[in-house]
Amino acid sequence: MADKVRVQSTINEETVDFLCEPRQSLLETLRDVLGMTGTKEGCNDGNCGACTVIIDGRMVTSCLVLGVEASGKKIETIEGVSQPDHLHPIQQAFLEGAALQCGICTPGFIMASKALLQVEPKPSEERIRLWLAGNLCRCTGYDKIVRSVQSAATKMSGERR
Amino acid sequence: MTTTSGRTNTPATQYKVVGTRPIRHDGADKVTGRARYGLDFNVVGLLHGKILRSPHVHARIKSIDTSAAEKLPGVKAVVTARDFPANPKGQPIDFAEAGADVRVLAENIMAGRVVLYQGHAVAAVAATNEHIAEEALGLIKVEYEVLPALLDVRESMKPDAPLIHEKLTTFFTKDRQGRGENTGVKSNIATHLQFKRGDLATGFKEAHVVVEREFTTSMVHQGYIEPYVSTGQWGKDGRITVWTSTQNPFGIRASTAAILGVPESTVKVVSMEIGGGFGGKQPAYLDPVAAMLSKKSGRPVKIVMTRKEVFDSTGPASGSYLRCKIGATKDGRITAAELYLAYEAGAFPGSPIAGGAMSSFGPYKVENMMVEGYDVVVNKPKVQAYRAPGQPQTNFAVESVVDELAQKLGIDPLEFRIKNATDEGDLMPSGMVFPPMGLKQLEEAMKNHDHYKTPLTGPNRGRGIAVGYRFNGGGVSSATINVNDDGTVALVTGSVDIGGTRTSVAMQAAEVLGLRAEDVTPTVVDTDSIGWTGTTAGSRVTFDTGLAAITTAEEVKRLMIARAAKIWEVPPAEVAFKDGVFTSLKNPNDKLTFKQLAARLRATGGPVTASAINGSTGVGPIFAGNIIDVEVDPETGKVQILRCTAFMDAGKAVHPSYVEGQLQGGTAQGIGWALNEEYFLTKEGGMANSTFLDYRMPTALDLPLIDTVLIEVPNPRHPFGLRGVGEVPIVPPPAALANAIARATGARLTKLPMKPGTIWEAVEAHKAATKTKK
Repeated sequence: MADKVRVQSTINEETVDFLCEPRQSLLETLRDVLGMTGTKEGCNDGNCGACTVIIDGRMVTSCLVLGVEASGKKIETIEGVSQPDHLHPIQQAFLEGAALQCGICTPGFIMASKALLQVEPKPSEERIRLWLAGNLCRCTGYDKIVRSVQSAATKMSGERR
Repeated sequence: MTTTSGRTNTPATQYKVVGTRPIRHDGADKVTGRARYGLDFNVVGLLHGKILRSPHVHARIKSIDTSAAEKLPGVKAVVTARDFPANPKGQPIDFAEAGADVRVLAENIMAGRVVLYQGHAVAAVAATNEHIAEEALGLIKVEYEVLPALLDVRESMKPDAPLIHEKLTTFFTKDRQGRGENTGVKSNIATHLQFKRGDLATGFKEAHVVVEREFTTSMVHQGYIEPYVSTGQWGKDGRITVWTSTQNPFGIRASTAAILGVPESTVKVVSMEIGGGFGGKQPAYLDPVAAMLSKKSGRPVKIVMTRKEVFDSTGPASGSYLRCKIGATKDGRITAAELYLAYEAGAFPGSPIAGGAMSSFGPYKVENMMVEGYDVVVNKPKVQAYRAPGQPQTNFAVESVVDELAQKLGIDPLEFRIKNATDEGDLMPSGMVFPPMGLKQLEEAMKNHDHYKTPLTGPNRGRGIAVGYRFNGGGVSSATINVNDDGTVALVTGSVDIGGTRTSVAMQAAEVLGLRAEDVTPTVVDTDSIGWTGTTAGSRVTFDTGLAAITTAEEVKRLMIARAAKIWEVPPAEVAFKDGVFTSLKNPNDKLTFKQLAARLRATGGPVTASAINGSTGVGPIFAGNIIDVEVDPETGKVQILRCTAFMDAGKAVHPSYVEGQLQGGTAQGIGWALNEEYFLTKEGGMANSTFLDYRMPTALDLPLIDTVLIEVPNPRHPFGLRGVGEVPIVPPPAALANAIARATGARLTKLPMKPGTIWEAVEAHKAATKTKK
């Protein structure tokens, strides 16, 4: 077992110091070291998107990033998406649109959708489908997810105006 | 009838809550990452377990040496089959013996004498972290003697095929449930099932057109996103606790206890949130192993499967070989129908041939019929339920042949179906009589839908339809309701919520009590905290656990009426309850809302609580249909779905959004089964594509919006008219797509998956055959 490494990064706008083994993924670090289990593990090889987080504005699967790589980075996870007194419009849209069944893929889809709407506030259905193609959902057939992202986009662009 | 896109044309109903679309009770937790799934469980002192699995598809275990692994620092326990009491010596299982099931379960989770499929467990390790556990697996030496493997159902059925189990003999049955009689013939065929009526020869003689085809389908996986996980703790008091995500907590309790040789009452199963299951998350693969590692190490042990382990070592759905022959008269009346199905059971008997046979000709009136099913062991993982188990396979065969028959007769495929449709009072393939059902209404809705009436134009395009049928029995569920002082109620059940059933069950209690859905707080609890409850499967939770909630709510109502009567000093019969208000019949000015009365309960005789345990009234028959338009790329054989409309008779949709969700999700799985998904085998017979990259499930980019149409023909077996909506949507898509491809290209696809290469070959062969004919 290699020595643990001290890492400092910003997670959900808070400075966090932690120790992790060099072989631990960011996913493992978040879940097992920091106890942040909102980010989900589905495949651990980058193919399902359940562990999607945002690092420095970019959407990544946290199982393919090492914990030590978080050093000096700004990380957003599902735990930081809602405000103390209300849900994020994407979260609200997922609830109203019944865009989840078992819910295991939901944090990943919300992070991916958030990353999309940050760069493209009004994506077409086709763009949403392409952007979310790295996130697998086995329950919904994606219909209600796509519609919910559209509805969140409409609501958010209304708020911006 | 309702459709998606927010358009609703449901007529005004007599219900206040049933049929509305409240936010689900567990929603906020699930969109914020707060919900705790099996993988999220943690406890002080937790060890991590890993399982060593066979690299061979069939081999004798000559020796296992775990000594080096045991010495690795950080390793706290190692177990093999010898540690499990069910079959410590690894004796061959006598399948004819009563009660052999425990040994099958035990052998499947830890091989004793032989490994029967790639990924079959042979040893397990618990260590202080999962990386050390993984290192330890590499130090275990297993000596194997490789044996000949059987990977194809037809090879395995041959009389001279080597026997996978030396004591397995074929049982013959005519009953969908009974085991039948032992023929005494040693074989890899565990069961031969036969449904028969009328006389086939006479029926086919009467036919003007007969179509017969063979079909094959590949083994596929449920593909739930959350892998299998379990944490086991063997307490110093001998009591075992298991934290797991399962569809079937009471089943996990029973099989864990049986495999460990302890009384069921000493095992408590705590069901965490579940990340998908689709039938596949019912067996106890990990729980007894985690518990045994905990017993040996004295600490709690958590085991998480890798995705490869999920594919290799949990139960997928049967690959199959089918043959279907149907005859009809010129005017389109079916005169005879015959179906042969042989399903891969995997390493141990138990494929869903009965489900496949029962479904088969369900949508058709057939006087002369024969369905023969064979349950066949092969060297693959033991299959498990997958959404309408066994039915997409038979539906693919039957609906393809029906479509071709209609085409040959020059009759519209939907007209042909309507003409031959079964109705209440007709016989199911199993010989049971159909209760009231909505098949004709469903087919009429398909015919009258804008999708069907809009012509499809353009080259390489085709429209396919198919109708699927599913029958469910149902099972036992329990519920408890506690009335809170503020007039809300807590609803406690044992039914794991796999897709929104907390809410659909709570809504039924709310309806009875005159409350809003939000006034009912549903909780799913562990096996020590609620009455026995059957599995979350068989499309039964909203139906059966709903019935338990209704019964419990009725009892709460009775107790509340009695309390109001006590306060008003009148007999209970003189208190009315309507729309959430109690009224004295004697003095109509005496009124109490549910909330007002709830606030007075403790001072007037104590709190109100009620429990009920309910057998099912029978979930009954349910039908779904698809209209799918495709375009086939003639260069590559790739199918693009242009438009997809899914129909279902829901009886009554309690929460229409989640019923639509079942219809859309099931349709998507059916599309994956049809077009992409398969266990692709290496030359040695192991699965070659055991990642989500190579086992290609539909992504958002592969699918169109799936429009839904819910037909509501009330089910008289349920007070609100519900049917079980979970499973049937997966049944029709493979056939609907095959039929669409046939109409787009002229080529009949008879092999699943219909991946681009397969389609391209079929289209080229069709072109060549057409040319020769000319």
